[in-house]
Formats: sequence, C-alpha cells, structure tokens
Amino acid sequence: MTLELFSQYLLAGVTYGIIYAIVGIGFNIIYNTTGIINFAQGEFVMLGGMIAISMHQWLPLPLAIVAAVLLVMLIGALVEILFIRWLDRPSVLRMIIITIGISILVREAALHIWGEGVRSLPYFVGNEITTVRIMGARVSPQVLWVIGVCTVMVLALSLFFKYTLQGKKMQACAANRVAATLCGISTKNMVTLSFMLSAGIGALAGCVMSPITYSQYDIGTGLAIKGFTVAILGGLGSSMAAVAAGLLLGLIESFSVSVVPLAFQDAISISLLLAILFLRPHGLFGNKDAADLKEF
Amino acid sequence: MKRHLPLGLLVLAIIGVQLLTRATDTAFYLTPLTMTAYYSLVIVGLCLLMGYAGQISLGHAGFFAIGGYLSAMLTTKNLVPFKDNSLISLCDELGLLVHGQDMFGSAFTHVQPWAACGCAILVTIVVAYAIGIPVLKLKGHYLAMATLGFGIIVYRLALAFPLFGEADGISDVPGFPLLPGLSVSGDFSSRVSNYYLAWGMVALAMWLLVNLIHSRVGRALKAIHGAEGAANATGINTARYKLNTFVISAVLASVAGIFLTHYNGGIGPSEAGIMKSVRYVAIVAIGGMANLWGALTMGALLNIMSLRGMFGSYDDAVFGAILIVIMLFAPQGLLGISLSATFKRILRRGE
Amino acid sequence: MLLEIKNLSRRFGGLQAVSDASFSVRQGMIKAVIGPNGAGKTTLFNLISGTLLPSSGAIHFKGQPIHGLPPYRIARLGMARTYQNIKLYPGMTALENVMVGRHCRSRAGFISGMLSLPWTKKEENASRAAALELLALLDIADLAEVEATSLAFGQQRAVEFARALAMEPELLLLDEPAAGLNIYETAEVARLITKINEQGITVLLVEHDMSLVMDISHEIVVLSFGEKIAEGTPSEIQHNKEVIRIYLGEDDA
Repeated sequence: MTLELFSQYLLAGVTYGIIYAIVGIGFNIIYNTTGIINFAQGEFVMLGGMIAISMHQWLPLPLAIVAAVLLVMLIGALVEILFIRWLDRPSVLRMIIITIGISILVREAALHIWGEGVRSLPYFVGNEITTVRIMGARVSPQVLWVIGVCTVMVLALSLFFKYTLQGKKMQACAANRVAATLCGISTKNMVTLSFMLSAGIGALAGCVMSPITYSQYDIGTGLAIKGFTVAILGGLGSSMAAVAAGLLLGLIESFSVSVVPLAFQDAISISLLLAILFLRPHGLFGNKDAADLKEF
Repeated sequence: MKRHLPLGLLVLAIIGVQLLTRATDTAFYLTPLTMTAYYSLVIVGLCLLMGYAGQISLGHAGFFAIGGYLSAMLTTKNLVPFKDNSLISLCDELGLLVHGQDMFGSAFTHVQPWAACGCAILVTIVVAYAIGIPVLKLKGHYLAMATLGFGIIVYRLALAFPLFGEADGISDVPGFPLLPGLSVSGDFSSRVSNYYLAWGMVALAMWLLVNLIHSRVGRALKAIHGAEGAANATGINTARYKLNTFVISAVLASVAGIFLTHYNGGIGPSEAGIMKSVRYVAIVAIGGMANLWGALTMGALLNIMSLRGMFGSYDDAVFGAILIVIMLFAPQGLLGISLSATFKRILRRGE
Repeated sequence: MLLEIKNLSRRFGGLQAVSDASFSVRQGMIKAVIGPNGAGKTTLFNLISGTLLPSSGAIHFKGQPIHGLPPYRIARLGMARTYQNIKLYPGMTALENVMVGRHCRSRAGFISGMLSLPWTKKEENASRAAALELLALLDIADLAEVEATSLAFGQQRAVEFARALAMEPELLLLDEPAAGLNIYETAEVARLITKINEQGITVLLVEHDMSLVMDISHEIVVLSFGEKIAEGTPSEIQHNKEVIRIYLGEDDA
C-alpha cells in the first residue's frame, strides 16, 4: 500500500470514526441519565442534515446550521416530553419498542417531507473539487471541518460535564438517580436536557458530514447501529472511551475496503458488534464487575 | 377441551371467509389472504419467542429471508454449466434435481423444490442455533441490538450477492408441487387450494403452539420470562429452552418464507429489511405479547389492510405509530385484556 | 454428609463477601446459618445453589462436586431453595407456580408438548394433583387459581415454599423464611419446617429470628464478615463468647 493510499484510508477512517463517536456519545448521554438506549439516535443526525439543507434556501449556511441544531434539540426535548417523561418505570422491552417506533415515525416523516432523494449541504469551503494535501493524500477540506467540529464537540462536552453545574447535575443523575433527586436535582429535567444535548450533537454532526456523506431520509438506522457498536466497544456509558472506539471502528471499516468489497462494509462493522456483544459485552475498555451491576 | 374452542373458530372462519369471497364474487381477496396466512406463521412463532419466552428478536425477517432466498435460489439457478461437478451429479443421482427447458428451449436443470425446501430449513436451523447460542445469553438492549444486527447482515448479504439477485431479488421461482394436484404457486387455477393450504398451515401451527404453551414446556417458558434466575434454580435449563424456542420460531419464519416465495414466484430484499422485522414485533405487541390468538387476529387484520394498500404510502408509518401508541397506552396489547376476558366469560357461561 | 463446604470464598471487587468458610450438613438435620447483616449469608446461599460462582473453594452435594455447575443441574440433583425477597413467576397462578416446581420431576419436552400426546396429559394431571396437594398442605389450596404475585406477603411465601417442596428435594435451602412475618406466622413456619424435616428433607436455613433458629435447628453456623466464627448446637452457640461479642457489640458488657 502506498503512503498516499494509506493516508487516504486513514483520513477517511478518522472522519467516519469521529462521526460514529458522536453518535455513540449521544447514546451514552441518554443511557447515563435514563438507562434507555435510544434507538432513534441516528434519526437526530439525519434530521440535522435535512433541516439545515432546507433552511439554507432562506438563510446563510452558518445560520441554517444553527437553526437546524436548535430545531433538532427542540425535537429531542419533545420526544422526551411526549413519549418518555410520564412513563412510570417502564420495562426495557417497552422502551426499546417505543424508541424504535419513534425512529420509524421520524424516518417516515422525513420521507414524506423530503422524499427519497439524496441531498447535501454545500461544502463549507470551496466545492467538491477543492482539495488539500495531507500526508500525501488529497482530501476535501470538509474532512477537516468534520474532524475539527467533532473534536471541539467532544472537548466541549467533557468540559461541560466536568465544570458546569448542569453537567455535574447530569453526572449525579447518572451515578445515582434517587440520591440526585434527594439532593434537589430535578431528574426529569435532566433527562429532557440529556435528550436535547444528544439530539444537538447528533444534528451538528449531521450538518458537517452532509457535504461529503450526503443526507437521506434513511441514513439513521445504519448510523445508530454503528454508534451503538461504538458505545458498546467503549463500555456503555463512557464517553471518552467511545471516541477511541469510534476511531477504531472507522479505521477498521475504511481499511477493510482494501480487502473486501464495499457491499460488505456494513456486514463487517455489524459482525464486529456481534463479536463484541458475545465476547466482551462490558466493552474493550470497560470493567466487567462494574458492567454486571448495570441494568440492561 | 377449552383451549381447542378458538381453534375450531379459526377453522370455521377460514372456511367462512372462502365461502364469502365465493358468494360475493370477490375471489381476488384470496391472494392477499393467502399471503397474510404466511406472514401470520412468522408472527405466531415470534409471539411464542417474545410473549412466552420473553426474548425479543428484531431479526426475524432475516430467517424469513433465509428460507425464501435459499429455496428461490436453488430452484431457479441453472445447474447445467456445473453438471460435471461431482456434488451436483451426486444430487442428480439421488433424484434431487429437475431437468427441463427454459422458455428459449435450452437445457435447464435446477434443484427439486422439496430438496430446496429441506435444504433451506436445514440452513435456518443451523443459523438459528449458531446465532441463538451466543445471542440469547444477552438481555434487554443488547439482545435487541444483536438480533437487529443479525437481520441487517442477512439484508446486506441478500443485496451484495449476484447469486441472490442483488437489489432485484429473485424472480421466476417455479411452483412447489407438494402433492399430486396441490402445488404452491400463484396460478389462478389453484387460488382456492393455496388459500386452504396456507391457512391450514396456520391452523396446524396454532394447534401445536397452543398445546405447547399449555404444557410443561410452556410453563417453563413463562417462568423464564417472569424470573429467569428462579426458573433456573427450579431445575429449568433456561438456556436450552430459550434456544429451542428461538429455533422453533426461526423455522416457522423460514417455512413461511419458503412457501410465500413459491406462491409469489419470487422474493426481493425488502422481505429481509429491518422494517419487516419491526413490523412483526409491532403486531406481536399489539396482539398483547403473550397472546397467540391476539397476535394472529391483529396480524391477519393489519396484514390484509397493508396488502390491500389501505395505508398507502404511510404503510411503515402506520406500524411505527401502532408500536408507540400500544406501548405507551396499552402495553398489554389491544386485545390482550378485553378479548381474553370476554372469552373466559363466555367459556364460564358454557360450563 | 449431604452437603460439604470446604474453604469457600467469594470476592466482589474489593469486598470479601465469603471468606474461607467450611462446614457441612448431615442428612436429616436442620442447620441454620446466622450472622449480622452483611455477614455473607445470602451470598453463601447463592454460591451453594449455583447462582454465583465461588472465587475459590469447593462444594460437594451427595459426595459430588457441584461448584461450577449451573443452578438447574444442582436443582436436579435434589436441592431446592427459597429467596429472601420472594421470587415468584408473575402472570401465573399459585398453582402454576407450584407446578413449575414439578419441572424436574416430569419430562414432557417440546415435541411431546406440541403434539399433546396422551402420556403427557397423564403426566400433566399428576403434576397438577401433586401441586394441589402441596397447596393444601400449606393451607392455601383455595388460592390455587389466584395470580401468585397478587397474593399477600405471607401467602406468597407459602407458594414459594410449596414450589420448592414440589421439586421433592433432599436438601431445602430457606433464605430467611420468617422475614416479614408476625410472631404467629413465624411459629407456623417453625412448625412447618419441623414437619418437612420429619419427612426426611434436610434443611439449611438463613435466618435473623433467633428464637426460630434456636427452637428448631439441630446445629448452627455463625458467620461474620464472611468468615465462620462458630459452629455447634444451639446451646453451644448461645454460650459462645465470640458470638455474644458480635451480637452484643464489643464494648457492651
């Protein structure tokens, strides 16, 4: 493999990997405050891209993206308020089915609003033939945008959880919901906030990736499966580990193209998910004893 | 005796509907009704797995597709170019191959439908065991994701292999001559016999499953659903019971796939899609999870409506909405409470 | 020896729940395990019944090593148990719950169950009759058709008891059988345990209620922080200085 090809695969892997990581972190944020795996996580990403594309008809690009992210956050909050907030300790099976139902409804709504066609946002800088040279590979500057924005998001999230009161409250809910309630934290509002947050980061990822990966009404499921793989790989609930896991999955996927046909790319990452679930359900970096205590 | 009353009603309903279509000259309804019967097979099998053994599967369309695709591929693939292969000639000597001519008059050799059917079921059983052993150790979200992953892999493989027709699927699947004079096919002339065959299989499956849930095994499954640890400590081999149930429901889905593929004369990748799996789960949920008759009733109703195109382009959305509404407001299912209570009341009066 | 426990240990992360415990249970006796909260009594039960795997040590039942066997294999060898926080099967009647206990004493499988063969019907009727008999023994025959988890606490405990007895065990593990019961119900439980024991079933129980333990058990094991600190007859235990120190506290004198 030439250096140029290697760099090409490497950058593609990192680009996709960091997107998967963002989706995985979205899973983690909601899982931590609620114990729910939100099967509609990928739909937030799809919505972000789609709404931004529509907004861009009237608004300049940066404003369209901001509006899309805010709108998707609102949708995230609505989903939580309408479908989850008022349920009294629902069973896991019930929550799985409800969030699957939500993802179908969102997807079908998107199909009826935007149709089946593939759309995309314009490139943030230049156009589809603009390239920059990195390590011998020619890549679109948009790749740098994806990597940059997602990295900033990851950093901002970790600062948010570490240093802000809201972030600490959310962590308290994650650690012990009852104790957090006793400390006067409104756990219900924290859950809404976690839905907004994970919807928001998903939507932003959906916007920056749109020019190179395109947006379509049904991209959510594939992203959700990969995001979930990443969340599990990193040990469910741990956001920083999800970044490492995301990059790992992205790289495996991108380098696998040189060995197996493209059509099998999804099958590879899902096989990886199955292998992880069977062999190390507590994740590559997780702790088995701690995982045994979690409720699935 | 009590438990066989609904079965009697089912048989009466099957005959009644056919007579009705005949009397009203609406025999064209028999085609969607026959297709519905095969989808109902998948649904009652999944109901056993989800409602009684308490294990969710978001990949049952995968088993349906394994059955359908394998029998379709084996009965349409022309083996003439491979006739010198020792395995193929062995199959020929065993009488597993059919020799004929295609529409252009050139030689056409394919696997005999019974052999294809047997092969498809065998593969399903092997795959179900291979997937079931590790997957059923998982619970909750993990189980859901793992089965979903399995479904997607089957879907992707169906799309990826030219052997399976990629995005077009497989068409021109021949009829499946079960008995002299009875062939599973979409021929206009055999519409009535196929209707009875399909619903006869549903009635048979219901008889077997209803017996099962009222037996020692059914009790054990309910115990596993309710408190797995305690069930194990009561002497129930929980892993084996879950696995056997998984395989039974997989085989039912696969058989449904095989028969429907011969009936329709083809199969496409959408049959393997996630939305199909989710739809099966939705119907089991709306039927009340641990309620075979509820699942069958709602499955028949919704599938007929869907196949008749009553939901238009909102087909998938309808099932999504059903899932949410049922799980939010009536996790026991629509018929779960009212129907079984009504039945009990009627039965009590009858005693 | 019916049950022999040798150097049994179990760690949870940094917590040593059971540490190097050894004792044995003779056929036909009632043996009690007592100890303060967190002494590792329930962990011990979970280890014996196979729900947890020991970190080290050995458990022999009827001369056969059972550590590492899954719970259902141990149950089939003739060991039944009840739970401190009752574990009945929801959505099933009291009768069905007890009939599940007949599982390892019957054999209808998937195929015979589906076909509803004549012999399986016979077996089914026998299981039902046996379960009803046990419900009658525990004075709850009239609740047979009531959903088990909707019963009153004491009744649920009785159903769980019946389920364990339906397995026709040689060794019965009772995890705090008198927890949450009033003084009359406790006396009733004591009478019942003695009666079961007289029928030849060996009993190992974990209990907080001292009067119950002292009344009915032949031998007592005392655990504290996972370690066995004493073993003997009730009167020996009552006079054991170490035991008194643990129960009354070091500075109390």
